[in-house]
Amino acid sequence: MKAGTNLEKVLEAGNFAVTAEVGPPKGASANAVQKKCEVVKSCSDAINVTDNQTAVVRMSSTAGAVLLKQMGADPVMQMTCRDRNRIAIQSDILGAVALGIGNILAISGDHHILGNHPGAKGVFDIDSMQLIQTMKMLRDDNQFICGDKVAGDVPIFIGAVESAFSDPVEFRVTRLAKKVNAGADFIQTQGVFDVEQFAKWMKGVTDRGLDEQTHILAGIIPMKSAGMARYMRDYVSGVYVPDELVKRMENADDAKEEGLKIMLEIIDQLEDVDGVHGIHIMAVGWEDIVPVIVEKAGLLPRPIV
Amino acid sequence: MIIVEQKPVDEIQRMIAPYERVLILGCGTCVTVCNAGGEREVSFLHDALLLAEVESKEISHTFVEHTVKRQCDEEFLDLIAEEANDVDAILSLACGIGAQSIAERFPEMVVLPGVNTSFMGMAKQWGVWDERCTACGDCRLDDTAGICPITRCTKGILNGPCAGTKNGKCEVSPEMDCAWILIYQRLERLGQLDKMRRYYPPRNFRPIPRPRRIMASPSIVAVGGSHG
Repeated sequence: MKAGTNLEKVLEAGNFAVTAEVGPPKGASANAVQKKCEVVKSCSDAINVTDNQTAVVRMSSTAGAVLLKQMGADPVMQMTCRDRNRIAIQSDILGAVALGIGNILAISGDHHILGNHPGAKGVFDIDSMQLIQTMKMLRDDNQFICGDKVAGDVPIFIGAVESAFSDPVEFRVTRLAKKVNAGADFIQTQGVFDVEQFAKWMKGVTDRGLDEQTHILAGIIPMKSAGMARYMRDYVSGVYVPDELVKRMENADDAKEEGLKIMLEIIDQLEDVDGVHGIHIMAVGWEDIVPVIVEKAGLLPRPIV
Repeated sequence: MIIVEQKPVDEIQRMIAPYERVLILGCGTCVTVCNAGGEREVSFLHDALLLAEVESKEISHTFVEHTVKRQCDEEFLDLIAEEANDVDAILSLACGIGAQSIAERFPEMVVLPGVNTSFMGMAKQWGVWDERCTACGDCRLDDTAGICPITRCTKGILNGPCAGTKNGKCEVSPEMDCAWILIYQRLERLGQLDKMRRYYPPRNFRPIPRPRRIMASPSIVAVGGSHG
């Protein structure tokens, strides 16, 4: 075991994992985090806490993750490279582990110009690949980036993200391999809407044996409306929403119901894709749907490991 | 070359307000090429400032104009030493280096920047300039097919492309090319895609802390002198 978190145990035992996501509030209310956690806790194995997603200032992911931990959930603390240099990054990792956080997920971070402080100085001192490697060095070599020794153990179950649909598509398996080599223990992918294309990417992944070195959780984004489907198709990087699904959403009498139906079909298909070890549900601002999805997908109860 | 943009006339008017006699000083190199601070622009700005004064019915300044070959070299500034004695301020249309050279050469003189120094770049077409180098001091163009990810990737990452690319464009703007897609395509053309598979460790930013200084080796100084 690398960190012995619930997520790690569930995956190592060979279960089909379910992770969910909680976005911290634009304020200091612990209750706001706790309420969302309460909704998704019993139907997931671990819960991501986003790090100022879309570059909009929110409560820190470390604080959010600690609040989740206090409620008995297993947090996945997201960490972007946008807002901290390598000194702050390593320091925050040590602090998070000291507070009982075991899963840390590395991402580049949405560019700050897209957020609510577009005049901020973007840091990007290291990139997500280097952040993965940094966590591995802290954990396996007891070493900081500079080579100095770390005092004591730094148990982390290292997470990363990848998108099967971002350009250049033919490079995305190689980029995943880079992340696995750098130290990613689990991968959460960007939302999957086209399982056939995703399965092609997974074929590349399994052909290289990467699924045996890392756990891949396929991303699920529940769609609430036809507008949301169109927006994701046209504007969200790394997401490919086939026109056929957009049409289904547009023609539906009850868009939410249709969105749920689509998600369940996708999950059903993903369970049969070789090398997929679970799903990661990103129900941004629609946490209530998560227990419904997990139950209807037949993924309850969650394993006790 | 260094790309600059002229400041709006009203901002320049506010800057020069306290000074009666102003020397508008152009520069004959980069800022001439990017149409912002050469002889022509000095003359245009002179006219614009005069016109603005006439319109406001408050004639309170006298202007002189001059354009030197390079403001960033002291030997060219010697040529304006006399003129500088007769003015209260120098409005420099050179880059920030030129303006600061004046401040260093004329310790008693007020120096005002007439332009904003934007970046180091190249002309793409008439009137369009693109940034190409950040002078990071640690060039990696050999790894990236001659396309700089530090400058052209909005996140300056070394192990790109991130997932923020869509249709070959950056998440920041649908108009902006993703640098890493360009790098990928060019490496592919060059048969060097193996360079994309490598892991690039964190950069050494030690060359960055400012201000930097470069000392020529003694042999170069002996042959070329201190100024070309």
